Amino acid sequence: MRTLKFLLQKEFRQIFRNKALLPLIVIAPIVQLLILPLAADYEVRNINLSIVDQDHSSMSRDLISKVTSSGYFKLADYSPSFDKAFRQVEDDRSDLILEIPPGFERNLIRENPQQLFVAINAVNGVKAGLGGSYLSQIIREYNNNIRQQWLPANKTTSLPAIEITNANWFNPHMSYYLFMVPGILAILVTIVGSYMCALNIVKEKELGTIEQINVTPVRKYQFILGKLIPFLVIGIFVFSAGLFGVARLVYGIIPVGNILLLYGFLVVYLVAILGLGLLISTFASTQQQAMSVAFFFIIIFMLMSGLFTPLDGMPHWAYIISQCNPVTYFIEVVRMIILKGSGPEDIKKHFLIMSGFGILLNVLAIWNYRKTG
Amino acid sequence: MNEDVVIKTDKLTKRFGNFIATNEISFEVYAGEIFGFLGANGAGKTTAIKMLCGLLAPSSGQATIAGYDIYRQTEKIKQNIGYMSQKFSLYEDLTVMENIRFFGGIYGLKARELREKSIELVETLGLESESNKLVGSIPLGWKQKLAFSVAIIHQPKIVFLDEPTGGVDPITRRQFWDMIYRAADRGITIFVTTHYMDEAEYCNRISIMVDGSIRALDTPYKLKQQFAAQSMDEVFFELARGGKKAE
Repeated sequence: MRTLKFLLQKEFRQIFRNKALLPLIVIAPIVQLLILPLAADYEVRNINLSIVDQDHSSMSRDLISKVTSSGYFKLADYSPSFDKAFRQVEDDRSDLILEIPPGFERNLIRENPQQLFVAINAVNGVKAGLGGSYLSQIIREYNNNIRQQWLPANKTTSLPAIEITNANWFNPHMSYYLFMVPGILAILVTIVGSYMCALNIVKEKELGTIEQINVTPVRKYQFILGKLIPFLVIGIFVFSAGLFGVARLVYGIIPVGNILLLYGFLVVYLVAILGLGLLISTFASTQQQAMSVAFFFIIIFMLMSGLFTPLDGMPHWAYIISQCNPVTYFIEVVRMIILKGSGPEDIKKHFLIMSGFGILLNVLAIWNYRKTG
Repeated sequence: MNEDVVIKTDKLTKRFGNFIATNEISFEVYAGEIFGFLGANGAGKTTAIKMLCGLLAPSSGQATIAGYDIYRQTEKIKQNIGYMSQKFSLYEDLTVMENIRFFGGIYGLKARELREKSIELVETLGLESESNKLVGSIPLGWKQKLAFSVAIIHQPKIVFLDEPTGGVDPITRRQFWDMIYRAADRGITIFVTTHYMDEAEYCNRISIMVDGSIRALDTPYKLKQQFAAQSMDEVFFELARGGKKAE
């Protein structure tokens, strides 16, 4: 116990004295939490739109003003012909073309079906898909308005229609941040845990100080605990700063579920991910090697964790990889507890799996860490 | 000097693949003596020291350190030895005092002992005004003296010094050897490797390693007689010239 006290004291001293590391621990997560959710926003705004109005009627102007006032589109150009507008798309100045054919108003008033033409630049699939669907939605609304204005007068047709109403549970306003911020928070904790822990131990290898420790009677478990505990504390600190600082004050996210349960899971998760850092450090002999290996894992962990994309959409083999990724479970649990208020019963499976990861990774690390070469 | 054996090796060998770094070395070191372990670069000195300290597992052969077996009782050995590596390995981002207290602490010194020891140590080294400075900022000579003091802070039976005076000026080298003598007077057996032949003369007995094997082992006086040499330099040249890796 006393030995551990000395080891921890030394570790904390070194961490607090490290002028490069400390700001990274404190400032970086906050800045990242402020910036990343904005960058990873799925909502697409400022789609550049070219309009080819060949009708020049009050109805076509009405439609155009509806589209431009929706907030999603920016009028890039008002072309006399489709070819001219297409040139804009080719030059990347425009993403979408809405063509209103001549006779638009006349045909609508005569109740003939009228076609509009929408051309989409699909180089950026997300932007194109969302832009197209926003535009169709606006046109549909516009269409309904016209029907209401004109149809009741003649009452000739009343088409039966199914209207679908959505209720968005747990995130009623479909706020993007509510979904993204807890996920990014999870990633930050992962980076702090795996990276810093691995680098710290490998640094001692590089400097040769680990050898000096290895000739002392310090036990293997004492040394490992002396490394794990400081980073566990830092991980909890980063998570708390993110959750109570940035998430709450900036994004207004207040966890619905039990905070103790969240922290309980956080500790189990950190032990698992620190075990990974430890394992990397036992294989690497330079900080550069450790960095590269840790980077490789972080990228896979991030992209295969359901942070950005739903896991169900992946091919089966990729889905299996995502299920072998501890980050997947952590992100899921963080979202479940913060957004849905899930209880212990709901995360029991996650808890068991994460404990498994923790035991496996740490046992491997301890087994592979040797005082004797 | 009494004749208790504190280090005893029997055909101790370390292979790295096909390369034999240390080839069946057998020798004894007696309690309280200053044992010089000489050899050219790459002769296998550091490998031998690392095996004796329990940092490296031997490939074959036997050895006991302070009466403990090198294979099965490494943790016991570690309580009884001190080690100063070729590479300076105290924490440069901790202060002089913090390093002393840290290593004293993990060697299990009691709180009072630790306090007294650290104050005494800083005074002996003349580092009172530097005790709160980061170790990284003090000159190499002081670092080496500090590293030596830390290596014997727990009053071990044996201390292993791997080229402790490399890169240090002659005055500091002299002071360093004064410290070694004082430690030996306190009953600590000194096992030291060096390149400096004048330092070899300070040892009670020396062994000279060439290409992984021990070629000579005796007191400096007898070695000089044996090789009909004026100085240890000549003895060393005579032996090392035969080595494959002689530079």
